[in-house]
Amino acid sequence: MSFENVIQYFIAGITTGSIYAIVAIGFNIIYNTTGIINFAQGEFLMLGGMISITLVQFVPLPFAICAAVLITAGAGYLLERTFIRGIKNPTPLRMIIITIGLSILIREAALHIWDEKVRSLPYFTGNEITSIAIFGAHFSPQVLWVLGTSALIVVFLNFFFSYTTTGKSMRACASNRIAAALCGIDITKMVSLSFVLSAAIGALAGCVISPITQTQYDCGTSLAIKGFTAAIFGGMGSSTGAIAGGLIIGIIEAASISIIPLAYKDAITLTVLLGILIFRPGGLFANGDASSKVDRP
Amino acid sequence: MKKTRYISLALFAAGIVACQLIFTALGTDYLLIQLTMSAYYALVVIGLSLLMGYAGQISLGHAAFFALGGYLTAVFSTNQLQEVVSHEMLTRLSRIGIVYSSDAHDALYRLHPALSLPTVIIVTIIIAIIIGIPILRLKGHYLSMATLGFGIILYRIFLGTKVFGEADGISNVAPFDIPGFFPIGGESSFRVPNYYFAWFLVIIALVLLLNIIDSRVGRALRAIHDSEEAASAMGVDTGRYKLIVFIISALLAAIGGFFMTHYNAGIGPSEAGIMKSVRYVSIVAVGGMANLWGCLIMGVVLNYLSLRGYFGSYDDAVFGALLIAIMVFAPNGIFKKEIFDKIRHFVSRIPCRFSK
Amino acid sequence: MPIFEVENMCRSFGGLKAVDGVSFSVESGQIKAIIGPNGAGKTTLFNLIAGSIQPDSGAVTFKGADIYALPPHKIAEKGILRTFQNIKLFPHMTVMENILVGSHRKMRAGFLQAAFPLPWTYREERDAREKAAQIAEDLGIDTLLDTELANLDFGSQRVVELARALAGEPEMLLLDEPAAGLNIHETLQLSEAIRKIMEKGITILLIEHDMSLVMDISDEIIVLSYGKKIAEGLPAEIQRNPEVIAVYLGTDNA
Repeated sequence: MSFENVIQYFIAGITTGSIYAIVAIGFNIIYNTTGIINFAQGEFLMLGGMISITLVQFVPLPFAICAAVLITAGAGYLLERTFIRGIKNPTPLRMIIITIGLSILIREAALHIWDEKVRSLPYFTGNEITSIAIFGAHFSPQVLWVLGTSALIVVFLNFFFSYTTTGKSMRACASNRIAAALCGIDITKMVSLSFVLSAAIGALAGCVISPITQTQYDCGTSLAIKGFTAAIFGGMGSSTGAIAGGLIIGIIEAASISIIPLAYKDAITLTVLLGILIFRPGGLFANGDASSKVDRP
Repeated sequence: MKKTRYISLALFAAGIVACQLIFTALGTDYLLIQLTMSAYYALVVIGLSLLMGYAGQISLGHAAFFALGGYLTAVFSTNQLQEVVSHEMLTRLSRIGIVYSSDAHDALYRLHPALSLPTVIIVTIIIAIIIGIPILRLKGHYLSMATLGFGIILYRIFLGTKVFGEADGISNVAPFDIPGFFPIGGESSFRVPNYYFAWFLVIIALVLLLNIIDSRVGRALRAIHDSEEAASAMGVDTGRYKLIVFIISALLAAIGGFFMTHYNAGIGPSEAGIMKSVRYVSIVAVGGMANLWGCLIMGVVLNYLSLRGYFGSYDDAVFGALLIAIMVFAPNGIFKKEIFDKIRHFVSRIPCRFSK
Repeated sequence: MPIFEVENMCRSFGGLKAVDGVSFSVESGQIKAIIGPNGAGKTTLFNLIAGSIQPDSGAVTFKGADIYALPPHKIAEKGILRTFQNIKLFPHMTVMENILVGSHRKMRAGFLQAAFPLPWTYREERDAREKAAQIAEDLGIDTLLDTELANLDFGSQRVVELARALAGEPEMLLLDEPAAGLNIHETLQLSEAIRKIMEKGITILLIEHDMSLVMDISDEIIVLSYGKKIAEGLPAEIQRNPEVIAVYLGTDNA
């Protein structure tokens, strides 16, 4: 394999990988505040993409994306309000089944709103054939948009969780819900906020990746599973782990294409998932004891 | 306890006969096709009920076992063996009668039907053991995701491999022919015996599962569901019990897929898809999880409606909505007294509302 | 000849030595109590013996056989059954079914025999039910047999847990704070029940906070503090042991 090829696979890997990382962070935000694995996380990306694609016919791209993010965030709030909040006895099994049901409903709704066609947003800068060269490998400038946006999301979340009162309150919920409630933190509000935040960053990721991977009503499931793999890879709940996990999964996937048929790409990621669940359920970076909680954003 | 069970079984058998008689009398015996298919799906559902409802272990990948049974027998019986086995090997095998050529002039071989069912059973058991041992140690989210992952891996393999027909699946699967017995297949002249054969399988499976539930083993499974720690402190080998239940449910799914594929003369990758696995889970949820009868009845009703196309383009959405509705409002299933009480209470208060 | 021996048992969590080189033995038919202040490592020691926690090092023998680090169900098969400090019953099953799970190790029907029952499986089931009913009667809970467990009060749940363990015909019982949460009346009933169990020749190892109960029923007492055994002897000796008194009451220079 030539050096250019290696670079090509590497860049392709970290591009999709950064999206998986964002999905994984979305999982983590909700998991940390509620203990729920929100299987509908991938659908937020699909919704973000689809809504912005529809809006961009009427308004300029930046407005379309902002509106898509806001609408999806609203949808995230509604989901939490309608289906999650009222559950009195939220066993993990029950909650995962509910979110799986939600993901099916959102997907089917999208099918009826937007049909089966594959769509995509226009390239943010240039078009399909615009390319930039790095070390002899050629890329669409959209790659930079994806990487830049993902980095921005991570920086923003870091700031939010470390320096704002609301962010700190959410972290307090995560480490001890009862204690947080006793300190006067409104748990219900924090749970809503976690869904809104997850939906918003998911939608944004869905917009920036749309020109490259395109958007279809059923693209959410596979994103959710890859994102979950990334989250598990990095240790459920850990933000830095999620980023590392996402990038590694992305690179493994990109590299696998050069070795095995494209049709088995998903199977590779899932084998990685099974391997981690079985051998290192605490994540790749956990030191031995899987039950010890990992670090926070 | 025992007596009510025999009465239920007799009533159920009577219902099966009645359906056939009525449909044949009305000249609508094409409806038996969907009922036959529902019976094969019901095998998956009751197996999953034992696994999820009684032993408390979720599987979001059971469609993969159904498809495994179907695909294997499809490969064995559509002359595709030359794709995976060398020619010399096939000639050698044909000499001892393990494979045979359907046509003297060509070199296309299929596995002897008497061997294909045992092969499917053995392969399913092996895969269930390989998968089950590591993932049944997981719990909650992790178990759901691992079973889901297993399901998708098999789905991708069926979808991407030439011998499994890739996106088209495998068609023209011959009926399952046992000499001296009618062929298990879609031929219309054998529609009625096929219908009875399918339901006979379901009743056999049901009786065996009911026996298991009413025994020391069934108690141990429910104990595992409630508290694995306490169960093992009482001497229940929890790992072994979970694995055996996983194997039983996988086998029922594979056998369902096996006969379904012969009955439909083909199988496609969608049978292995996530949506199918989720559908089985939602049927088990609607049926009340630890309620074999409830799961069986919901399995027949919902699959029949779906196969008849009553849900139209909302097929998947219906199952998604059912799943949410059950989990939000009635996590113990709808065949529960408290639900009827709630409804009765609600209805009985309607007149008061009007009088106010 | 002791029926049960623990030698030099160790287990640490992180840097904390929860159980640190504890050795003791129990004679057949004896009631031995383990006492000690909170956090002394009593329950950890119990969990190590019962197999629900893996020990770091040590040795355990029961009736001469090595049972060190066996999984819980193997230990139960050998005849050591336990109760839990914070009752662990099966809430979705009736009292009868709960007790029957205790008989698990005494019954033989596996998956195949369950699916294809033979006359002996029916007989086995019937006998187990009769035995469970007998145990329930002995312990005074025979009126509750068909009640779902979730509907029972705390005191009755303790008794059901004891009945469940007895249904397995144990040779040794591990009782983890059986009197916790019981009122004086219930505690008296419990000590009566434990005496009855002892009359059947069952060896008992017991953790208990209720000193009056411990002093009343136990033949010998072991005192743990910070994971170490600091004393062992007859109740009267333990009551006078200055080190034990120091651990419980604190000393001026502590």
